Amino acid sequence: MDFIVSLSAATLRVATSILLAAIGETYTERAGVLNLGIEGTMFFGAFVGFYVADISGSLWSGLLAAIISGILAGLLMALFSVSFGVNQHVSGLGLTLLLSGLSLYAFRLRYGGLATPPSIEPFPQLRPFGDLPILGPLSEQYLLTYLTFLVIVPLAWWILYYTDFGLKLRAVGENPEAVDAAGVNVYAIRYAALAIGGGLMAAGGAFLSLAQLGAFTHGIVSGRGWVAIALVIFGNWDPFKVTLGSLIFGGTFALQLRLQAMGLQLPIPYETFLALPYLVTILALVLAGRNASYPAALLKPYRRE
Amino acid sequence: MDNIIEMQAITKRFGPVIANREVNFSLRQGEVHALLGENGAGKTTLMRILYGLYHPDEGMIFVRQQAVRIHSPKDAIALGIGMVTQHFALVPTLSVAENVVLGFTGSFRLRYAEIEEQVAAAALRFGIDIDPSAIVGNLSVGQRQRVEILKALYRNAKVLILDEPTAVLTPQEVDALFETLRRLQKEGLSVVFITHKLDEVMAITDRVTVLRDGQVIETVETAHTSPSALARMMVGRETFGVSRRSSMEAGAPALQMVGLHALDDQNMPALKNINLTVRHGEILGIAGVGGNGQRELAETLSGVRPPTAGRILVGEHDVTGGSPADFTAAGVGRIPSDRHKGVVGELSVAENLTLERLMEFTKGMTLDRAAMLAYAEDLIAQFQIKARPTDPIRTLSGGNMQKVLLARVLARNPKVVIAPQPTRGLDIGATDYVREQLLAQRKRGAGVLLISEDLDEILALSDRIAVIYEGEIVGLLPAQEATAEQLGLMMAGAVKEEVNDV
Ligand SMILES: Nc1ncnc2c1ncn2[C@@H]1O[C@H](COP(=O)(O)OP(=O)(O)O)[C@@H](O)[C@H]1O
Ligand SMILES: [Mg+2]
Repeated sequence: MDFIVSLSAATLRVATSILLAAIGETYTERAGVLNLGIEGTMFFGAFVGFYVADISGSLWSGLLAAIISGILAGLLMALFSVSFGVNQHVSGLGLTLLLSGLSLYAFRLRYGGLATPPSIEPFPQLRPFGDLPILGPLSEQYLLTYLTFLVIVPLAWWILYYTDFGLKLRAVGENPEAVDAAGVNVYAIRYAALAIGGGLMAAGGAFLSLAQLGAFTHGIVSGRGWVAIALVIFGNWDPFKVTLGSLIFGGTFALQLRLQAMGLQLPIPYETFLALPYLVTILALVLAGRNASYPAALLKPYRRE
Repeated sequence: MDNIIEMQAITKRFGPVIANREVNFSLRQGEVHALLGENGAGKTTLMRILYGLYHPDEGMIFVRQQAVRIHSPKDAIALGIGMVTQHFALVPTLSVAENVVLGFTGSFRLRYAEIEEQVAAAALRFGIDIDPSAIVGNLSVGQRQRVEILKALYRNAKVLILDEPTAVLTPQEVDALFETLRRLQKEGLSVVFITHKLDEVMAITDRVTVLRDGQVIETVETAHTSPSALARMMVGRETFGVSRRSSMEAGAPALQMVGLHALDDQNMPALKNINLTVRHGEILGIAGVGGNGQRELAETLSGVRPPTAGRILVGEHDVTGGSPADFTAAGVGRIPSDRHKGVVGELSVAENLTLERLMEFTKGMTLDRAAMLAYAEDLIAQFQIKARPTDPIRTLSGGNMQKVLLARVLARNPKVVIAPQPTRGLDIGATDYVREQLLAQRKRGAGVLLISEDLDEILALSDRIAVIYEGEIVGLLPAQEATAEQLGLMMAGAVKEEVNDV
């Protein structure tokens, strides 16, 4: 029983950063832009968050700075993929390369000489249900995790389906000609989607450095951005189904950590466990991906003439 | 009468192409004004300028005597201008109500019940019959068009631009559209009606402006003109149209479809129990509204799409389940319906002409370029293609590209010619040419299966006419007995008969 409770609590923790990024990607893809800059934006967010928190001594300043840097990264993606009409694969991968390089470079400049990796005091975990059985340990989570699951996800759903902006955003991802002909600025909607998406991706990265680890390392994101993209497809571009996907990934990840920690004497190398969550993601994607209904205008730059 | 819209000396260039050349156009308050011209005459360009989708290089626009600059559809909408574009600007995954209010909701939060109520009220007020909660992707083309019109009127349009609104409709839907337009006209709406169909101009409009090669030829009162006068202005010559002149004795079966079934790309039944025979020396026309199985039929009959049941016979030869090469070898020639997919744009005319029979132009391991060029010269002369053998085919006009495709297929003297939408998107000259070629094939004794959404084309060329509706043949009759009304009813699924023609 304890095992299941602690596994569930860990699942929510692990899922948070990926879920934030995946919700960000849901916004951009729903508007018709595949943002492959996601991995770099998470890394950038993790770094900026850590750096600003370190020099200012305020975790919240770090988080805010990370979100702002993510919004800027999203706008840069918009400049290339929306305004200039550069192929989305090219501009997205370019953005990831740029931001990863930039973050590493700045990290070396600031912390390069240190013998021990720098660290900060991370966000504390809350425990609203105190020592109640099950609920107590399960509720021991970061505030950011609460915000993600209880605010960001339902809000994304509400915005997408129950607001004027969401209607335009979904329409832009399906048929930008229709949105243009209806007198709505297609570019403005895509810029907004990429800005929101970038902010959420960077917040996902900052969660890793400011809450989960309290440090910044080269491998801090290690492919979570790519997994988030898979989860968006798995979740059929629906915030709640994407959340389900992030829980499946988070659950396998937490499970594999525990399997490793048990130190079982198995004839297979421990790296096999590391691969487990990714294998499960691929499997889920293969099963769900066949019925995926891609936004019809995904990958297509919009041009009037 | 006051002009609600005036466009003065509008010029618009696309690179070297001058789409509009000093065009003057005026729309009076409350009239239906036809913009008539062949494909490429510049009709769509002119109206996209008025709707803010393109910007003119030169010229002025006045709305209610005020000079205006229209930067985007948003400006046009604010001026009371609405446009129904040729390819509908709707989002198929959204509901009718969502499409109608898109960008025009007035509040950040969407209250679906209220929105649907408002859209339903608007539909009632404008006399447009549509269910606001239906998903647009599930609607017929005619219904989608109504959504588009409602969308414009919901935005308080006083000027409605319709770009070739009847191109995709059944005759009954056209009647319904005209009725709606007449009613809206009485309520003071002004309409620009883009078309290249003369009978529609005569039926619904008050004035006509004829465009040719980007220039205005004339603006006339409809009551003071005639179809032949309009045709002359439109094409610069008196008559047009090619049709079957004599009836011929049809011969032995050239192509037989026996109990044919096939699926579409979504694995839904697309062809259901088709039993038809095309005889030597006849043109069998397949009429129907687009998307009722025409594409699947053409693909099945050329070996591209395997049937799920039934048999296909070419002469005595059973080719069921064969590859496209087997069909070609058995004597089936298909004229590709999408010209741009039928050719390889970067290759030359000569290479495209010989693509399917390169074996015949091979010496040892290498291609015999000289023989290919000579062969191409021959076909270019025979089919009156305006191009050199070495020109990349992408530089050819649509009409000439279609001639290349015809030449490639017909040079082999196929026993059966499958012609899906052979004249779609061609101007009158090229259309006549293609139709003449099909008639020549019939005269030569080939069996021709003509699949067309253009009812006039079907009526002009076919010996017998079958109607396809939702993948079924719902009627088969000799061309002499067929009328547009009767075929229209069948095309709309209102009349169905069991057809077993084998
Ligand atoms: N977006 C565009 N880019 C380049 N050329 C265009 C474009 N739109 C139209 N044209 C050209 O302008 C001419 C007029 O086209 P169009 O206005 O669509 O004619 P119509 O509607 O009368 O068939 C054609 O030669 C067409 O190829
Ligand atoms: Mg046009």
